[in-house]
Amino acid sequence: MRAKRVTFRHRWLPYALIAPQILITIVFFLWPASQAIYQSLLRQDAFGLRTEFVGLKNFARLFADPRYLDSFITTIVFSTLVTALSMLIALVLAVMADRVLRGALTYRTLLIWPYAVAPAVAGVLWWFLFNPTIGIIAYALDGLGYDWSHYVSGTDAMALIVIAAAWRQVSYNFLFFLAGLQAIPRSLTEAAAIDGAGPVKRFLTIQLPLLSPTVFFLLVVNLVYAFFETFGVVHATTSGGPGNATNILVYKVWRDAFEGLNLGSSAAQSVVLMVIVIALTAIQFRYIERRVEY
Amino acid sequence: MSDIAIEHVRKVYPGGVEVIPDLSLSIAAGELCVLVGPSGCGKSTLLRMVAGLETVTGGEIRIGGRRVNELEPVERDISMVFQNYALYPHMTVYDNMAYGLRNRGEPKDRIDAAVRDAAQTLGLSDFLDRKPRQLSGGQRQRVAMGRAIVRDPTAFLFDEPLSNLDAKLRVKTRVEIRALQQRLGTTSIYVTHDQLEAMTLADKLVIMNAGRIEQAGPPLEIYENPATTFVAGFIGSPPMNVLPGTATGEGVMLETGHVLSPDRPAIGPVTIGIRPEHLVPTPSGPLPLKVQVVERLGATANVHGVLKGTGTELVASVTGPDIPKPGDTLPLAPHPGALHFFSTETGQRLG
Repeated sequence: MRAKRVTFRHRWLPYALIAPQILITIVFFLWPASQAIYQSLLRQDAFGLRTEFVGLKNFARLFADPRYLDSFITTIVFSTLVTALSMLIALVLAVMADRVLRGALTYRTLLIWPYAVAPAVAGVLWWFLFNPTIGIIAYALDGLGYDWSHYVSGTDAMALIVIAAAWRQVSYNFLFFLAGLQAIPRSLTEAAAIDGAGPVKRFLTIQLPLLSPTVFFLLVVNLVYAFFETFGVVHATTSGGPGNATNILVYKVWRDAFEGLNLGSSAAQSVVLMVIVIALTAIQFRYIERRVEY
Repeated sequence: MSDIAIEHVRKVYPGGVEVIPDLSLSIAAGELCVLVGPSGCGKSTLLRMVAGLETVTGGEIRIGGRRVNELEPVERDISMVFQNYALYPHMTVYDNMAYGLRNRGEPKDRIDAAVRDAAQTLGLSDFLDRKPRQLSGGQRQRVAMGRAIVRDPTAFLFDEPLSNLDAKLRVKTRVEIRALQQRLGTTSIYVTHDQLEAMTLADKLVIMNAGRIEQAGPPLEIYENPATTFVAGFIGSPPMNVLPGTATGEGVMLETGHVLSPDRPAIGPVTIGIRPEHLVPTPSGPLPLKVQVVERLGATANVHGVLKGTGTELVASVTGPDIPKPGDTLPLAPHPGALHFFSTETGQRLG
């Protein structure tokens, strides 16, 4: 497929048209990114009085630090759980919504709302619901004999941030899954029904394979979200605690810089995160174009 | 081989739209029954009810004597060919055909034999490893057919299976479908809006309009004795001419004052039907045609125009060397005994 070509009469016009976007990219991305890379090669004292060039020492120390590796594992656990949970719930909801004929619009609209909620607000919301003293869910769990406390239990804290982070993402995934499901011609599932496949088998052998491009796309998007956009959720709920149980990489970057005042190490962590996001994006561009499988 | 009986079937969609008020039809074992009608007449809905893809609001559908109203599609032992073929795009041709057999849990070697046999019949043996998108329209249509025959069902259901093919391929495939159906002897229901397809394929032709059956029977019988003006206008290409007239007792008087067929009881206004091929150019014929458009088809020519002095449109199929030109006046006479009369009020056939 070839894009339609537009010919401009003035040479400067196309540049003028993309200038705002370029400017935003430079100011908010390229500049801070280069600052981070530069900073990651320096060591500064806590008061910013002395700065010395240390080369890759910040990185070397980082990868030798067991706490950093712990944070890595925490992040992987967190991202996997958030991605799996939000995609599974969204898929179930989308499959059900796909069958709804009456009131489909209302149903869809309500399911999309949570996406409009800012991560920090979502965090606070779930923090209240799970609050061991006043939270209704904590109260209900207590009734079931489970003593919920994300202040003490690392597992509870992880569960809390996973739920808070995934909840919002369910809406986003739901939209894509529903659109994907509705793009599958109804006659395909009807043909499968005549061919003797029950609803579950139809879903597994017909709908899911045809949905695989959407699944792959969402997998990458959700991983990126869980890795990089969940600072607000953690900050509003557990602040990385108890101990370091929920100290995921993005949160650690902030904590080491603004609480630990170790700018060099924090910058080095930022650079590592940057490499990860670039890799994920590259994977997405490389494979999403090929439309996966069929 | 089993027959299909449809008794007093009714279909109302949620929201109260009644598509089929009350319809009965019986299809003998091994017969190919074609449902034809304009879009929205309920023919596809009827087919989908037989398939089990739509619920039946009232009445009963039996396949081989067994009531199937409440059965799932798979339990009805039917197979269906869809208009868009509905091939599974992520599966190879082989897997597409084997899917139904695998779901039934047939042993592997039996599936393999059945698929290869069907592929052989349909000339698909070389394409078994391809995906549907690598096939042409005609090949896809064959795969859809293959998927239907491989399961050896008690009935085939066809939902406009040829409408996505080009004209030439449509004729070829039509003949193949007929030959295949006759060889297998499987009871079939075939839905189409193409009257030519309907005429050539059907053992039993069913003409539907607004959820009702206008007429059912062997195609030629319907062609020769259309029961209503709707059927008269629907079957035949170009369709039958319909003219207003008045039965006076001495004959039927046309708008032009000419009198045809002198043996009609005096019942007032009637509708006269004349097939285009039954209009013969005759000097001083009772039907002077003011020619507007001439379509030359080779052996014949369709001459379109209006009855001189009126606004009534008329088509005549003319053979021979003297083809009129637009602007000419062509006097026509109907073949004796080739006139059809319908009640102007109800559209029903008279006599």
